[in-house]
Amino acid sequence: MVETQFRYRADEPAGDPAVTVDSFGDQTNAAAVRIEPGDDARVLLPYLDRLKLVEVNFPAYTDGRGYSAARILREAGYVGELRAVGDVLVDQLAYMRRCGFDSFAPEHPLNTADAEAAMARYADVYQPTVDGRAPVWAKRHG
Amino acid sequence: MYQYDKYDQALVDARVADFRDQVRRRLDGSMTEEQFRPLRLMNGLYLQLHAYMLRVAVPYGTLSSAQMRMLGDIADKYDRGYGHFTTRQNIQYNWIKLDDAPDILADLAKVEMHAIQTSGNCIRNTTSDQYAGAAADEIVDPRPYAELIRQWSTFHPEFSYLPRKFKMAVIASNTDRAAMRLHDIGIQIVRNDAGELGCAFYVGGGMGRTPMIAPLVRDFVPLDQMITYSEACLRVYNRHGRRDNKYKARIKILVHELGKEEYTRQVEEEFAHLLTQNIEPPLAELERIKAQFTDPAYDLTASDDLDRSDPDFALWVDNNCLAHKQSGYLSATISLKPVGGIPGDATSDQIRLMADLAKEYSFDELRVTHAQNIVLPHVRKADLYTLWKALDEAGLGTANLDLVGDIIACPGLDYCSLANARSIPVAQKISERFAGKQQEIGELKLKISGCINACGHHHAGHIGILGVDRKGVENYQLLLGGCEGADTSLGQITGPGFDEDGIVDAVEKATNLYLANKQGDERFLDTYRRLGMAPFKEAIYAKESANG
Repeated sequence: MVETQFRYRADEPAGDPAVTVDSFGDQTNAAAVRIEPGDDARVLLPYLDRLKLVEVNFPAYTDGRGYSAARILREAGYVGELRAVGDVLVDQLAYMRRCGFDSFAPEHPLNTADAEAAMARYADVYQPTVDGRAPVWAKRHG
Repeated sequence: MYQYDKYDQALVDARVADFRDQVRRRLDGSMTEEQFRPLRLMNGLYLQLHAYMLRVAVPYGTLSSAQMRMLGDIADKYDRGYGHFTTRQNIQYNWIKLDDAPDILADLAKVEMHAIQTSGNCIRNTTSDQYAGAAADEIVDPRPYAELIRQWSTFHPEFSYLPRKFKMAVIASNTDRAAMRLHDIGIQIVRNDAGELGCAFYVGGGMGRTPMIAPLVRDFVPLDQMITYSEACLRVYNRHGRRDNKYKARIKILVHELGKEEYTRQVEEEFAHLLTQNIEPPLAELERIKAQFTDPAYDLTASDDLDRSDPDFALWVDNNCLAHKQSGYLSATISLKPVGGIPGDATSDQIRLMADLAKEYSFDELRVTHAQNIVLPHVRKADLYTLWKALDEAGLGTANLDLVGDIIACPGLDYCSLANARSIPVAQKISERFAGKQQEIGELKLKISGCINACGHHHAGHIGILGVDRKGVENYQLLLGGCEGADTSLGQITGPGFDEDGIVDAVEKATNLYLANKQGDERFLDTYRRLGMAPFKEAIYAKESANG
């Protein structure tokens, strides 16, 4: 199993192995699920209170469906761990965090200094998302 | 025009540092070219046939003199002394070195410019009417809405790895001068029966290999829901747009395959959800932006008289100037299509001269048009002759707006790694062939693409030319009847293609048939629509007689 390289949560990581979205419905006890790009994240919405971990897989970093999946879960009130796995690279981390990811398990470990610099680079953002950062327009109009 | 505040400036400055760091990681080998490619593309940097090309964003085509001057200086400092204005109202430089690119971005940031999202599978530069704020027929200036979209779409975290590129246009008059319905999202600012302003959303238009005219998805979205509705349109696309085949990945294919009704249903469902998320900027933000697009301090006593005694000047006025909402003023188009020239190219000296003339005669403003020309939007009629003399001396006084010589052409095989055929030499030959005849022919929009990706908008030309590769030889197909305006239509292929000289002859046969058959004030397009393809086809493919 690939290690989680960055994690921005205080709670203990869930130990459960993540099951597929398809098999999740049958496994009434499963607390961890893994979303593939073609899966509909909204299928999980009735079960959010028992989920501790959602992994979103990026088989290729150019496939951006996982960003929508993450935001949909957070917009629906999911508060558990949301982990990006797979082809996760330095320059996508900041956008992923804005979409609600709070842990990252890149297939190939990233240079920590580069990753932290990339995540800290933009002091302000133009859009409100699920990360709670006030967009520029909110600062302009207090 | 819009001026950055500290937030806008900080974001653009941070982008310079960001890209500088990305280039460093590429050059020191910690990033592969495959990993770097989408990042450099999202910053407008393409690898072309001979060098890197850098595309600089000109939001909704509006430039100040200081910005225009910087574009000229960049052409000298980092390129070969010229730049190329594009159909997306941007400018691109064709001979850039990778390690210079961060410095160019730093220079651009000094004049509130950037290259953010001028390429890549993200939301591109938002375009608009080149006469915005000046045209007599607009209901409001569309640019504040385009600026709101620019900010929302900049570094959008959910929509930066879309299935394919995404282009938006905003207009606010019934005459569409921005090819609005050939965009992924076209927004027309309209007034409803209650007199309120809102947005008509057209979604799923585009050119490329499968040209489509965008259907109307919603006839009225209130202004304070424009961003939320856009977000809903994009989210449905990001989740369900095809990713298995890049040629079927644009939103037009999704809208077409789902059908307009089903796509709209999904958007409305997502929209209802997103309205609960409070993502819309407040109207106060729109008001803040609008306050920066107020009218310039017009001379209210400016005379409407124009001395037309110089016939060359009178011809230029008739061809290249448009009525202005303020009496005593006109909008003047500077043609970047001199006879035999490269469409859209301007030298650094010409760019700086246009900057100076804008400062002196057009309240410091210029516009780039999607037809690859430059507009000085607010010129006093009393200054027009002096302005034209200065332009003419610099090779910028060509009187051919919307005539055969005013050709849209992509860079083609002379520069582009995707092209199958050259576009520029064909444009030059046509320009030369028709130089003496174009006034007689009148309005005729001719557009040339060097491959099926249609960057030269050939589908939307009254006459379109598509360069293809036929067994290793450049071959040119002819299309007739396309149009990008309010009566948008797509051109039809006449039949077998031609070689480089043959296509020029074929265009002439088509225009000869038009001249012989036109009724009254009919334009080429009108005559074509009345007669249909058959007589044109017959004239174009007729065998020469033995003694003819």
